[in-house]
Amino acid sequence: MKLGRALLTIFARDLAILLRGALGRGGALLPLLFFLAVAMMFPFAVGPDARLLARTGAGVIWVAALLAAILPLDRLVEPDMEAGFFDQWALRGLAEEAVLAVRILAHWLSFGVPLMLAAPISAGLLSLDRVQLLLIEQGLLLGTPGLAAIGVTIAALTAGLRAGSALGGMLAIPLAVPLLIFGAGSLQPGGEGGLVLLAASSLAALAIAPFAGAAAIRAGRE
Amino acid sequence: MQPCRLAAYDIACRRGDRVLVRGVSFELAGGEALHLAGPNGIGKSSLIRILAGLLRPAWGHVEHEGGMALCDERMALDLHRPLGEALAFWERIDNAGGARADFGLEDLLDVPVGYLSTGQKKRAALARLAASGARIWLLDEPLNGLDAHWGAAAQAAIEAHRAMGGIAVIASHQPLGLRAMRTISLLEHLP
Repeated sequence: MKLGRALLTIFARDLAILLRGALGRGGALLPLLFFLAVAMMFPFAVGPDARLLARTGAGVIWVAALLAAILPLDRLVEPDMEAGFFDQWALRGLAEEAVLAVRILAHWLSFGVPLMLAAPISAGLLSLDRVQLLLIEQGLLLGTPGLAAIGVTIAALTAGLRAGSALGGMLAIPLAVPLLIFGAGSLQPGGEGGLVLLAASSLAALAIAPFAGAAAIRAGRE
Repeated sequence: MQPCRLAAYDIACRRGDRVLVRGVSFELAGGEALHLAGPNGIGKSSLIRILAGLLRPAWGHVEHEGGMALCDERMALDLHRPLGEALAFWERIDNAGGARADFGLEDLLDVPVGYLSTGQKKRAALARLAASGARIWLLDEPLNGLDAHWGAAAQAAIEAHRAMGGIAVIASHQPLGLRAMRTISLLEHLP
């Protein structure tokens, strides 16, 4: 039970830091505003043709979600590694895998859920209809956990590197491409199967992430 | 109090391609203290991290019975949080139920950790260590940044921990005034 209490305590701290931000590192608001800003800019760039917007808008929402997921990468693992939190957890016998699984959940709650709440606004800006919005919400529900898992893994891999945040973005994008393809693909006519593949990709990322991230953190100590 | 033990057998420590020290062996039982002495850069911190299980030794192995707690230059306290909350985070995880040792922090509990001075941060890290309930204390330069008064208080806390049957390993370039303390001079363990 001690383990459960410890992980719950860590989860509460993770969530507080990721939602509110700390020490000048933005919280959950920044990715959210970025996500909305993309949806706001796109009609300015391609013009107000509602048919064109409706056809391309869903893809734009997915690209915006992917890019918004990259924004918080540099504060997911690096600050706690720098401050010695991971060392102290290891000394207490708390596996890095468990700590990272908790962090993926907190990260998802702080960026995936706000994106889902903001998606109707984006859909309105891009003149998407109700059916498309519903598909987008389903896709985000299935896809953002995978994005969170990829984000935490990459953050663990690049923690402690110089220019780690820029590198992290470059590493995360190719890993997130399957989520993007299946997520945006599910919105094409006859693309409902995309949601199933999206869920599968997400689950695969979630299954691998804690172990890959933990190995990266342990290797980073050497 | 359950018994505790910390033993190192023929430890060699390597950073990159360079062997820093080798052939470090010792066995400590409850109530004993060890001073790892030597100048800067000789490998004291790396040895402490090897004992803590955070680094793999290039050679040899470490055995321990009983929980370990580490106090090094990384405080693991959230800089943006008030000191009281930052310490409470670890108290909830450790759940040791012990009283906070007296490091003169009572008046600072609502000050964000980032505003504390070097010495105050060191005292906070020592308080976190003391409250962990761990039997084996690993201290890396615990006296750095402390004035004479709090330096003596830190050593008194280590003595109290030993009196309760705990083990302390202290890496420090400064002389320590602990009673019946064993000292390993790392200068004698250069490759």
